[in-house]
Amino acid sequence: MKLITAIVKPFKLDEVREALGDLGVAGVTVTEVKGFGRQKGHTELYRGAEYVVDFLPKGKLEIALADEMVDSAVEAITKAAQTGKIGDGKIFISTLEDVIRIRTGETGAEAV
Amino acid sequence: MTDIFQLQYALDTFYFLMCGALVMWMAAGFAMLEAGLVRSKNTTEILTKNIALFAVACTMYMVCGYAVMYGGDIFLSSITGDGATGAEEPATYAPSADFYFQVVFVATAMSIVSGAVAERMKLWAFLAFAVVMTGFIYPMEGAWTWGGAPVFGMYTLGDLGFSDFAGSGIVHLAGASAALAGVLLLGARKGKYGPNGEVNAIPGANLPMATLGTFILWLGWFGFNGGSVLATASVESANAVAVVFMNTNAAAAGGLIAALLVAKVLFGKADLTMTLNGALAGLVAITAEPSTPTALEATLFGAAGGVLVVFSILALDKFKIDDPVGAISVHGVVGLLGLLLVPLTNEGSSFSGQLIGAATIFVWVFGASLVAWGILKAIMGLRVSEEEEFAGVDIAECGMEAYPEFVSSKA
Repeated sequence: MKLITAIVKPFKLDEVREALGDLGVAGVTVTEVKGFGRQKGHTELYRGAEYVVDFLPKGKLEIALADEMVDSAVEAITKAAQTGKIGDGKIFISTLEDVIRIRTGETGAEAV
Repeated sequence: MTDIFQLQYALDTFYFLMCGALVMWMAAGFAMLEAGLVRSKNTTEILTKNIALFAVACTMYMVCGYAVMYGGDIFLSSITGDGATGAEEPATYAPSADFYFQVVFVATAMSIVSGAVAERMKLWAFLAFAVVMTGFIYPMEGAWTWGGAPVFGMYTLGDLGFSDFAGSGIVHLAGASAALAGVLLLGARKGKYGPNGEVNAIPGANLPMATLGTFILWLGWFGFNGGSVLATASVESANAVAVVFMNTNAAAAGGLIAALLVAKVLFGKADLTMTLNGALAGLVAITAEPSTPTALEATLFGAAGGVLVVFSILALDKFKIDDPVGAISVHGVVGLLGLLLVPLTNEGSSFSGQLIGAATIFVWVFGASLVAWGILKAIMGLRVSEEEEFAGVDIAECGMEAYPEFVSSKA
């Protein structure tokens, strides 16, 4: 099993969710996050004084998947979230040791 | 008493009271404006200051302020009765309606102070100052101006050609003078000014609230200026009231447009907070004389205030005078402008009289406030600790947040 963590532009969340839904992905956890990458921040102005916004808002998706689903999920996220402009985000993939469904106590692939 | 006089008396009294209620609502405008322009960690405390200062002003003006300003007894003990026959100077409204209209002006002057000292002043030091300001400092200069009393027995402002219709100087410049004295003893917010002369932005938390506050002030100002005609139940006074409403509105519009354009030219962007200050500057500029200018002149006077306020806010930052909401610029600098514009349209006033009046108000209020703030600083301190300032004065002074999250019902 793998855990996919994807950082995308906030306004792309809906499209990514739809693309994953079409693949049959059973569940996604979404968080509003802030951070910086190559896009860096930008300067704003308040009453004539400049200030820097170093951390830009992004959407973070966390998706637990069976190994054979990973490639198609990555492709779907990439296709849906890409604008071609700086700041499109990143996808991190890590190994997932176990998954437990709290309602039934099922574990492993059954619980995904 | 003839029936027609009874009708006039009832209508004038009713008009006076409703205008007073509109001015009371300006306290809500100041509260929303200031709460919108501070950071969220200082919201509860600025709201507490705003509503508590209103109550302190009403109480102190009842106890002794009104008596100091207009004579009569403390605790308003002789104010009930009939304004037409009971008073020394016959009026067409009830004496207690006059008190009610006057008291909301005191609260307005004090509201100006709270914004300038926001985010760092101790709550109780501020309220202690409010007692002195509303019970003594404001009523003294009020006595010399609207009260007609000589200044320490030396000169009488009215004889010198001083005229301030609804209080650009008496209310707004006075409030700003007290605020300036407080800010000088208090110092700037941590992080506002860098070691190499940088001016850092500390953005306000809630611009919808600041905008609502400005709309409320704009509405309340019709009571502030319109009520200052003191009557409406005759063709002459009804005409005057209508002109005052028209000019007050025109000046606010002119001030807003001017500040919006100046901000766009200076910064390249339309700065909303400067624009809000511009509308208020327009209102302050016309307050000294809203009854004699034409509508076009009122618009231009307001626009002059709107231009001046933006440059004044930037200039105060150069001197490291930290005023989070721009109160000293809006009410003080533009209040002075308002006084100096009066002789352009009102032949009953003179530039020298306006200058002497403005100087009298400033020297008295600034000086007396400096003494009062200084004593409070020695006794209890004016400023919260650095740690409390970083954590926010909501927790330090009020023990509660404006927007609590992750709370548990367990103690």
